[in-house]
Amino acid sequence: MTVKTAPAKAVPVATPTTRPFWEGTKAGELRLQQCNDCSHHFLYPRIRCPKCGSASTTWVKASGKAKLYSFVINHFPAPGWEGEVPYVIAMVQLAEGPRMMSSLVGIPPDPAKLVLDMPLQVTFQPRGDMMLPVFQSAGSAA
Amino acid sequence: MKPAVIAFAGAAETDIGALPQYSELDLRADAAHHALADAGLTLADVDGITSAVESPIDVAHYLGITPSWYDGTSVGGCSFLVHVRHAAAAIRAGLCTTVLVLHGESGRSRVGSIPRARPAYGMLGQFELPYGAFAPPNMFTMPVMRYLHETGTTHEQLAEVVVAQSHWAAGNPRASRNKLLTVKDVMDSPLIAYPFHKLECCVVTDGGGALVITTAERARNLKRADSPVYLLGSGEACDSPMVSMMDDPTSSKGFRLASRAAFAEAGIKHADVDHLMIYDAFAHLPLYGLEDMGFVGRGEAGAFIQAGHTRPGGKLPLNTNGGGILYTHTGMYGMFAIQEAVRQLRGEAYKQVDGVKTSVVQGVGGMFTAAATLVLSNLLP
Repeated sequence: MTVKTAPAKAVPVATPTTRPFWEGTKAGELRLQQCNDCSHHFLYPRIRCPKCGSASTTWVKASGKAKLYSFVINHFPAPGWEGEVPYVIAMVQLAEGPRMMSSLVGIPPDPAKLVLDMPLQVTFQPRGDMMLPVFQSAGSAA
Repeated sequence: MKPAVIAFAGAAETDIGALPQYSELDLRADAAHHALADAGLTLADVDGITSAVESPIDVAHYLGITPSWYDGTSVGGCSFLVHVRHAAAAIRAGLCTTVLVLHGESGRSRVGSIPRARPAYGMLGQFELPYGAFAPPNMFTMPVMRYLHETGTTHEQLAEVVVAQSHWAAGNPRASRNKLLTVKDVMDSPLIAYPFHKLECCVVTDGGGALVITTAERARNLKRADSPVYLLGSGEACDSPMVSMMDDPTSSKGFRLASRAAFAEAGIKHADVDHLMIYDAFAHLPLYGLEDMGFVGRGEAGAFIQAGHTRPGGKLPLNTNGGGILYTHTGMYGMFAIQEAVRQLRGEAYKQVDGVKTSVVQGVGGMFTAAATLVLSNLLP
């Protein structure tokens, strides 16, 4: 008899360069790199600044404030998401500048509730052995 | 000395639709033989070959040839536009004389498909896939709500892209979706990833196509000398490998840069373009293309299409095979956009546009990641 395991949601795997980001999420912090020469904040993590090429960069704690930049309401589930359709996949713009993909928590998959530029606040959800940065309405932040 | 003029000496598609009897390698070989037959050439004449995803050497060996030049540039659906550009450069540099640019993909039946690795340690694996994004319908579409918001383009105008293209595909037995559509038809089709309905997403098919690229001088002595197609200019460009991290997700940097380079090389202006193909895996791409290539101003593409300008009889015939949304889309559609441009320039299209002299093909690869543009003409430059 074969046992079928339900497909699992994708779990990120860190590289040495991205590890500080994922250590940050485990510590309840959204961390970004900032260039010490041109002050540019950037994501994804890199060994050098993508704006000026500087090798002098620092990990900083982001404010966690963001705005809803764009979204889709997905009806075509990724592996592991079968029980959750439709679900929102969001693009958020962080207060520091970078944009990232994320999930929204506590906001229904309803176009009427998904107002572009609505203020969001980062929170974290477990995924495998990692913690994922996700976003909730800034009004509902504890 | 002026660089050699480059010509399309042969162009052909395979059967398209559901072809579970063929692997991807089979489809590429079948496409190659169709294009060679069109050119009146044989495998012995070919000294260059290109292929995306599957190695060009795999395909060459399958065909039974030993090319002296090959290119495996694999940047998604516009790879074949890039291959034409690279082949032109290689021919002009004297590296080869006759190049097969070929495509075959079992997008629907998935026979002999090469898996595309998306490792969990890659940037996509770390920063996009964990959020339930995993396929083009929910990734390529991600910027559109922002685009609509910033440009004032409406959901109905997004649907009009498909309606306009249905006027080209209607009745074509080779088109997967060949019925005339209304905005209501499009908006009543099931949601795939809001705001995109099923009819705003491409079909998924099996098929292939190939081109024989050589010099105009050589093409003059070949079978299709009476219906020449020349390459006037080309461009290639890129943007972010992740849609969520584009500099500006409401505009394609790749479309802007590649088209500007191709128009400059060809020495053409927008008013010179008689026929246009813009890679349409999803309905927003023709809107981005019209704006980013400079055919219309920012935010004007929706109204332009709605006004009928891209339909049969309109001033800018666009996606005249019905596009990837209606005609066929194997996964890397760019080959089929080039094929339709060649047919229009030869006067052989299913819905032929009168008097086409200059055709432009705009391709995209990945989720706005890569872009390439070709300017073709049936008049010797």
